[in-house]
Amino acid sequence: MTATTTAPLATSPTRTARQPSDKLRAWATRAPLLPALVFMIVVTQLPFVATLVISFFDWNALYPKARHFTGFDNYQQVLSDADLRHSVWTTVLLTVAVVLASLVLGMLLALLLDRKFRGRGFVRTLLIAPFLVVPVAAALLWKHVLYNPEYGLLNGLLHYVGGPQPDWISNTPLLAVEASLVWQWTPFMMLILLAGLQSRDHQQIEAAKVDGASDWQVFRYLTLPHLRRYLELGALLGSIYIVQNFDAVFTITSGGLGTANLPYTVYQSFYQAHENGLASAAGVLVVIGSIIIATFALRVVSSLFREEASRA
Amino acid sequence: MRTQSRRRPPRATLALAAVGTLLAPLLSGCWVGAGGAGSGGNSINVLMVNNPQMVELQKLAPHFTKETGIKVNFTVLPENDVRDKISQDFANQAGQYDVATLSNYEIPIYARNGWLHEMDSYVAKDPAYDEQDILKPMRESLTADDGKLYGQPFYGESSFLMYRKDVLAAKGLTMPAHPTWTQVADIAAKVDGAQSGMKGICLRGLPGWGELMAPLTTVVNTFGGTWFTKDWKAQLDSPAFEQATKFYVDLVRKHGESGAAQSGFAECLNNITQSKVAMWYDATSAAGSLEAKGSPVKGKIGYVPAPVEKTDSSGWLYTWAWGIQKASHNSDKAWKFVSWASSKEYEQLVGETDGWANVPAGKRASTYTNPEYVKEAAAFQEQTKEAIEGAKPNDPGVQPRPAPGIQFVDIPEFTDLGTKVSQEISSAIAGRQSVDSALKKSQKLAEKISKEYEGR
Repeated sequence: MTATTTAPLATSPTRTARQPSDKLRAWATRAPLLPALVFMIVVTQLPFVATLVISFFDWNALYPKARHFTGFDNYQQVLSDADLRHSVWTTVLLTVAVVLASLVLGMLLALLLDRKFRGRGFVRTLLIAPFLVVPVAAALLWKHVLYNPEYGLLNGLLHYVGGPQPDWISNTPLLAVEASLVWQWTPFMMLILLAGLQSRDHQQIEAAKVDGASDWQVFRYLTLPHLRRYLELGALLGSIYIVQNFDAVFTITSGGLGTANLPYTVYQSFYQAHENGLASAAGVLVVIGSIIIATFALRVVSSLFREEASRA
Repeated sequence: MRTQSRRRPPRATLALAAVGTLLAPLLSGCWVGAGGAGSGGNSINVLMVNNPQMVELQKLAPHFTKETGIKVNFTVLPENDVRDKISQDFANQAGQYDVATLSNYEIPIYARNGWLHEMDSYVAKDPAYDEQDILKPMRESLTADDGKLYGQPFYGESSFLMYRKDVLAAKGLTMPAHPTWTQVADIAAKVDGAQSGMKGICLRGLPGWGELMAPLTTVVNTFGGTWFTKDWKAQLDSPAFEQATKFYVDLVRKHGESGAAQSGFAECLNNITQSKVAMWYDATSAAGSLEAKGSPVKGKIGYVPAPVEKTDSSGWLYTWAWGIQKASHNSDKAWKFVSWASSKEYEQLVGETDGWANVPAGKRASTYTNPEYVKEAAAFQEQTKEAIEGAKPNDPGVQPRPAPGIQFVDIPEFTDLGTKVSQEISSAIAGRQSVDSALKKSQKLAEKISKEYEGR
C-alpha cells in the first residue's frame, strides 16, 4: 500500500536507482503478512498438493506393496461409480433444501425479532441456541430424543393424542436429515438477516409509509432489495458448510437408506475401504465441483438480484 | 539512496529469517511426528482405542512402571482414528508406536503384511504368563496364516441371546437351553406385545460391517450360507444366504424393534433396558450393562447361547488385542507391557481397585474360576465363557472358508464390502427394497472381490 503512495515521488531522474528500493519497501510491508501466508500454504495448500499426487496412485493402505502410479484410473473409477454419482445428487438435494428452508425460516424469524417486544433478548438467545449445539450432539439429539420411534418425543406426543406411530427416519430418511440441519442452520441465517434488517434506513421506510406504501410494499421494494447481500452471504456460507456436512448423515442414518452424501462417501472409501488413492480422487473432485458451483451460483444469484433491484 | 538500499536487504533477510525461525519448530514437529524417532530410554509408546477398559489401564499403568521401571506413553484415540493412525504407522513401519490395540480382524491381515512381531518366542520364555490359560478360540483368532501367534487378547466377547425371563414366564413360554432360530422366531411372535409397547426381539439394522453385518453373518453361517466359497466364489445370491437374510429381515420387520434400520448395539441396549423388547441377540459384553447396579432389568434377564440352525454353535468372536510393531526397537519391553496388561494379575488388580464388574474378561479360563468374579457376574459368566469357547473362527459354517472370521471375512476389502452390503440390507429392513434386490446388488459388489482373489 505504501508503495503506491510514494510512487509519485519516483518521477525524478533517480528513478532507475529507486526501483529496487521501492521493491524492497514493498517487501518490507508484505513481510508481516508472510508468516501467516506461509503458514496457510503449509497447512492448506501442501496437503492439497499431496492429495492431488496421491489421487494418481492405486494405493490401498492394507496392501502397501502394491502401491503404483495409475494416472487417471481413480478418477475414472469415481466417475463411473453409481454409488458416487448418487451421492453427488444427494449432496445437491440436501444442500439446496436445507439452505432454502433455513433462509426462509430465518427470514421470518428475523422479521419477527426485528420488532420490539418484552423479553426480546431472551427469545433471541433461545432462537440462537440450536446453532451453538455441537453438530454431533445435535444429530444425536434428533436421532434419539426426537425421531426414535420407541422413546422419541415425536412419537410420544403422537401416542398421547392417539395418533399413528410412524418410523420417521426409515420412512423419510433424507427429510429427517434435512430437518435436523434446518433446525441448526436457521439461527445462523436469522442472525445474518437480522443484522441486515437492523442496518435499514428508517427514514426511508418512514418516507415510504408517508407516501402510502403498505407493509407488503415496504417489504417487497425496500427491505428485500436491501437484504439482497445478506441473503447472498447467508446462502453462500450455508451452502459451503452444508455441502461439507458429515455429522448428521453419519449419526442419523450411517449413510444408509440413500442418504450418503459426498463427504460421507469419501469417508467410507478412506476409512472403510482403505483406498487412499480413490478417496483422494473423490476429494479432489469435490473441491473442483465446489469451486465451480460456488462461482456460478454466486454469479447467477447476484445478477438475478441486481436485475430485480433495477426493475424495482 | 544507495546507503538506504544497501541497508534494506538485511532487514528483508531478517524478516525472512524470522519467518524461518518461526516455522522451523513447526516443520521439525511434523517430521518428528511422521518419521517417528520412537521412544528412547526406558519407555515404550502405546497407541490404544479409547474404550473404558483401556482408559482404566492407563490409570493403573503406574503399577507397571513401579514393577518394571518402564515408563509407558499412551496415545488414546476413538476407534476410527486409532485404526487410521495404526495402519499408517504400521504400514510404513515407522516404529513410532511399539504396541497398539488391534482387533482379531486386523491381526491376521497385519501379520500377513509383515507388520507385527510374532509372540510365540516370548510366550515360550514366559511361563508365568500362562498362555494355555487363554481361551482357545482367542488364540486361534490371533494366529496368522503362518501358524504363529501375533497378538494377545486384552478382553473378548462372543454373542448370545438375552431374553426377559419374567415376560416369557407370564406367557407360559420356556426358552430352550440351546434354541434354534426357528424356535426364537416363534417365541418372538408370541411375546410381541406382551407388555404395552413391547416388541418381540431386538436385532441390529444399522448399516456398518461391525453393526448389522455382525449378527446377520452369524445367522447366515448357521443357515448354511457363506460370503465366499473356498475358491472365492461370491455366494450372496445363493439359496442359503438368501434364506438367512430373508429370515432375519422378516423377523425384525414383523416382531423387531421399531426404527430397526437405525438401531445398532447402543439403541438395542436402550430398548431392552426400557422394556421395549423382550429378547435381544447381541454381544456378550452387553450383559455387564444389563446386570449393572441401577439397571431396571437387573436380574430379569436370562442368557442362552446364540441360536443355531445347521451348526452346533453360531456365536461370533471379537477381541481387542495387543500387537507389537515389527519395527519396534523395544520389543522386549513391549512384551513386558503386553504380558502385564493381559495377565491374571492385572485382572486381579482391576478387581481389587475398581470392582470385579470392570475386569477385562472374556479371554482367560481362570477368570471364570475366580470366585470373586464369578460372584459378581453370576448371571452371565458361565454363558459368556461357553459362547467364547464354542466359537470356531476358522470353521464357523457348514463349508470350508477361504479366510478366517465368523462375523466377518478376514480380508482387507471386507470393511468396505460389508458396509456397502449392510446399507442395502438395512434399506430392505426399512422396507425400501426387497431382500432379493438388496442381495442382487450385494452379489455384484462381492463378485468384484472374487475376481481379485480367484487364482491368487
